Amino acid sequence: MSIAAKANALWEYANPRKFLATSERVMPFFWVSSLACIVVGLVWGFFFTPDDYKQGSTVKIIYLHVPAALMAINCWLMMLATSLVWLVRRHHVSALAARAAAPVGIVMTLIALATGAIWGQPMWGTWWAWDPRLTSFLILFLFYLGYVALWEAIEDPDTAADLTSVLCLVGSVFAILSRYAVNFWNQGLHQGASVMRAAAVTGADTEEKVSNIYFYPLLLCIIGFVLLFIALVLYRTGTEIRARRVKALLARERVNG
Amino acid sequence: MMPDLGKYADTVLWSYAASIGLLALLIVFSIARGRKIRAEMEKVEQRMTRNG
Amino acid sequence: MIALLLRDLKLAFRAGGGFGLGLAFFLIVTVLVPFSVGPQSSLLSTIAPGVLWLGALLACLLSLDRLLALDWEDGSLDLLATAPLPLESVVTIKALAHWLTTGLPLVLAAPFLGVLLNLPVPGFFWLVVSLLIGTPAMSVIGTFGAALTVGLKRGGLLLSLLVLPLYVPTLIFGAEVARRGATGMETQTPLLMLAGITAATIALLPFASAAVLRINLR
Repeated sequence: MSIAAKANALWEYANPRKFLATSERVMPFFWVSSLACIVVGLVWGFFFTPDDYKQGSTVKIIYLHVPAALMAINCWLMMLATSLVWLVRRHHVSALAARAAAPVGIVMTLIALATGAIWGQPMWGTWWAWDPRLTSFLILFLFYLGYVALWEAIEDPDTAADLTSVLCLVGSVFAILSRYAVNFWNQGLHQGASVMRAAAVTGADTEEKVSNIYFYPLLLCIIGFVLLFIALVLYRTGTEIRARRVKALLARERVNG
Repeated sequence: MMPDLGKYADTVLWSYAASIGLLALLIVFSIARGRKIRAEMEKVEQRMTRNG
Repeated sequence: MIALLLRDLKLAFRAGGGFGLGLAFFLIVTVLVPFSVGPQSSLLSTIAPGVLWLGALLACLLSLDRLLALDWEDGSLDLLATAPLPLESVVTIKALAHWLTTGLPLVLAAPFLGVLLNLPVPGFFWLVVSLLIGTPAMSVIGTFGAALTVGLKRGGLLLSLLVLPLYVPTLIFGAEVARRGATGMETQTPLLMLAGITAATIALLPFASAAVLRINLR
């Protein structure tokens, strides 16, 4: 199959019926494998990894904090991609997938913020610090809230999809801008604990040998969170498609009867 | 069985509880809404086919 | 274009609300701050640049929902959309009118309110400069938010929620310029960043605002 044909085959899933049928078929795999990965990763991390010599047992929070933070950002990127697809190719499934993903992103951001605050309390001596990374996540949280609120506020589904897509594009630019602004504004509490690079996280305060102990369960949790995100988004997109259909059928009923 | 969490036991357990609680809420709400909408769609579709 | 600008300005002055509202709010915020944080002049002069920037930003935010709503209600927005003038120009003019009636008065009022908050002497110049550069960006971003929510009843709260995170970079760099200026530090880097944000938003955001407005007028 040529690349063009493959690409065309991919667009087939933009058909709501085809999407529903396929997602129904693959969803069980994602649910089971994501739960398996998360359970194994968390049990491994919680029960079978040693305490860090500096951070004590709090290092175990990493197995939730880092995957949630990663998914909070990746979810926005996914919404950006699907918004672009909607604006360019006008596939309804794409717009609905962005809508379905946003609440998942909110929860991921909340988990990252909550675990960060609880972790920060003993480590930095405060629940909240205006550290650049924390601040960026708070701003990301505001973007998510605005995005969801705009979806909820607009009656007409196509107008809502268009407006939220534009908001997502503009918001992405401003989110990146805010990231740099916040970095400039406050250089940060702690050095080197870059959450984005797993190697830096696990190697920040520990010796390289020890960091591998934390790395594998963390990797498993990250994979689990990615799979869970996919399962949730597939399921919630299906719900949105059905909700749209109910709305259309009811409207037709009103016209006919 | 329970590992010794030392003086940070509260911290670790609270963050696990908060995260797993939030995730569970998300999943429960998603599935509840999915069920509701699915039932609603079936009801409306049946009515449509009956009435032509 | 100039006719449209003049019309908007006239309406803003005549209708009463739009022009005075922002200024009054700015005054209220600045007057109330000493009551809430205490009268020590050293504390006040430390926080003065930030408080003045925040007051200006909130005053600007407050005036946004009148920016397009009136034209939407009486249908003149539909007329403007079918006029030979491109919608991009229309939204730019709208933003300019908003800046002239809200942003510029805030800039001019800021030094007087600075006196109330014991703003250090070198701070006055930098406060005015930073507000002068920063407020146009706030008007342009606000126009985008107003265009997004123009069709909604009671869109005011949603508008604030949408615009709030978009204002963050402008606020950070603008207040940074004023703060550094007040304490005599070098201001070049944040000033350039602030100017860059303003220039970029003025150049690019009207296209997004016009696109959004077209969707809403469909």
